Amino acid sequence: MLAQLLSSLSDGLLLGFVYGLAAMGLSLIWGVMTVINLAHGPVIALGMFGTYLLFSHLGTNPYLALFVVAFLGLLFGFLMYGVAVHRVIDAPHLSSLLATFAVNMILIGVGTALFTTSPHNIDYPLGSLQIGSMITIPGTRLIAALGAVAFTAGLYLFLYFSRPGKAIRAVANNRVAAELMGIPSALILALSFGIGTLLAAVAGGLIATFFPFTILSGGPYELKSFVICVLGGLGNPLGALLGGLILGGLEGLIPTFMPVSWVPVVEFGLFVLVLLIRPSGLLGAK
Amino acid sequence: MTRLKFPLVLVLVAFGLILAGGLMQTGPASAAGAAKEVVIGFTASQTGKLNVEATRQINGLNLWMEQVNAAGGVKLPDGTAVKFNAKYYDDESKKERVQELYTKLINADKADFLISPYSSGLADAAAVIAQQYNKIMITAGAASDSTYKKGYTLIYQTYTPASRYLTGAIDLLAKLDTAAKKIAIVNEKDKFSTDVVNALKAYAESKGYQVVLFEGYEPGTTDFAPFINKIPAGVDAIMGGGHYLDTSTFAKQLFEKGIKAKMVALLVAPPEPKFAELGEAALGVVGPSQWEPLAISYNPETAKKLGIDWFGTTVQDFVKTYKAKYKEDPSYHSAGGYVAGLILQEAIKKAGSIDTAKVKGALDGMDILTFYGRIKFDTAKAHGLQIGHDMIYTQWQKNPQGKLINQLVWPEAFKTAPANLYRTK
Repeated sequence: MLAQLLSSLSDGLLLGFVYGLAAMGLSLIWGVMTVINLAHGPVIALGMFGTYLLFSHLGTNPYLALFVVAFLGLLFGFLMYGVAVHRVIDAPHLSSLLATFAVNMILIGVGTALFTTSPHNIDYPLGSLQIGSMITIPGTRLIAALGAVAFTAGLYLFLYFSRPGKAIRAVANNRVAAELMGIPSALILALSFGIGTLLAAVAGGLIATFFPFTILSGGPYELKSFVICVLGGLGNPLGALLGGLILGGLEGLIPTFMPVSWVPVVEFGLFVLVLLIRPSGLLGAK
Repeated sequence: MTRLKFPLVLVLVAFGLILAGGLMQTGPASAAGAAKEVVIGFTASQTGKLNVEATRQINGLNLWMEQVNAAGGVKLPDGTAVKFNAKYYDDESKKERVQELYTKLINADKADFLISPYSSGLADAAAVIAQQYNKIMITAGAASDSTYKKGYTLIYQTYTPASRYLTGAIDLLAKLDTAAKKIAIVNEKDKFSTDVVNALKAYAESKGYQVVLFEGYEPGTTDFAPFINKIPAGVDAIMGGGHYLDTSTFAKQLFEKGIKAKMVALLVAPPEPKFAELGEAALGVVGPSQWEPLAISYNPETAKKLGIDWFGTTVQDFVKTYKAKYKEDPSYHSAGGYVAGLILQEAIKKAGSIDTAKVKGALDGMDILTFYGRIKFDTAKAHGLQIGHDMIYTQWQKNPQGKLINQLVWPEAFKTAPANLYRTK
């Protein structure tokens, strides 16, 4: 029983880091420009396919491919911001919601046409790590968790110690004041959106190394990202990581005690509970 | 102004003439001569989660249609040559769409015969409609038993039913290691997989095995770690699975978690050529298959030995023509699609008519051997249930060059290589 608990918890937590990374993208975009990016799921799926294509056609190591995917994710974010988001940024929330939903439908449509909905897989096994006699950790999951931590740390350093990062925080805090200080807010918004999609694409790339996927695979992670953002506090990257860990841990632990169908019940029950008791999230601003 | 309009009118007139010409050409051609076109209606999951298997099935069916039409169709006693024409829609792998579309196929497209969509759930949904409108439907890619226990009289199954899908794996396990005792069953909670594992569990227990884990997962599950962690140490065999995506994910994670077992036998995915994409994780995985290109003992000589008629193409010819057309190896889904058409062809030939009641009579009396195996239907309690055909079991092994190849390991009589243990160290 103990062995089962420990291995379930470790599996869940490792997955939680990647969930957290995916949610961070959503959280950042919300935090800076109060836009809910409904194209988050397909961008995750595009990250999966980016890594897959680099791996299967060019033979790139999937973990190195992540850097290419990250860069492409950033560019894609700029494009998406310029085309679909910028003009509706000051409109009521429904407008940006619909605009990103439209992008979501376009991406899924194009993706289905290009890749069909058949499953793809990155065959790059890393063996597994044995800890004591009780826990076996698949290598791909461990590396993915480490990757997620590395990208989180990178984001944190960027936001707190670089000029553009500080500008992002300033714009998030008060856009008008930031503009008065000479910060080009349109550029900064585009940059934040780009970083948001970058994080989603990287999370997708990491997930692709251990789960087979289709163009529709981003959907469940988008849904989880919402729960995580609410749990950890919208607009707070560290909160997203914490939320991801909580969700991953729950997903690991719940099935050891009850049928796995209860996982979404508990997850979304928690979602409602947090909204009721602490609407700003665990680490959200007061 | 008029000078601009004049060429436009000319163009329109020209278009009209071309259209009329086209209509006149197609009009009399289909009515003239002693050719009769029979419409075969079906839906194909061109999108959605069943896309891989469904596409192969449709490829097989289309190949059959192309071949039978090229050979002049089926000749009836009155000299009419029956040719086949396919009418189909995308069902998006959704039940609601299936019922809507089959009604449309029957009423709007005037389909004479129906082929089922892929998967038990969708075929079951289509069966209600087919029976309601008095149309014969050959089910392909649908192994569930329950459809045939609802009193339908016009639904005929090509696949070995779910209740006999994994029972052979128990027999194989008994042969591999007589000391094996404990079996863990983890399966997708859909109609087909549930039917399979319920029958598997009953069969295993009747043979003295102990089922130490019996759990279902939701369709769409991607993380199997919670289930793998529940598998008790010292388990001898892991069986179950569901459809392609979840089963291949399960196999991959079993490997990554370093699970030790004498046998891993999973549904649907292992016989797929694509399964080799899993690399090392595919090694040793056993899968039941309705058909494999390796099953070359399905031939006219065997038919003679069994004392039944042989009908249609040979395994080698099927594989060759399929490969030439689609540039990939056929899987059992492809063969299932082809044989569904072949069964209909043989029944129409035997009946000498395309009348529903007469073709039904021919189907009820059918007992033939084809490249796909034996075909015979239950005509008693579970009308239409497949009782002639048996599963074969494949295992991914390495050839001397270290390349992954699929071998036929069970039944003993048809095997191309002896079965190996999954991983015990």
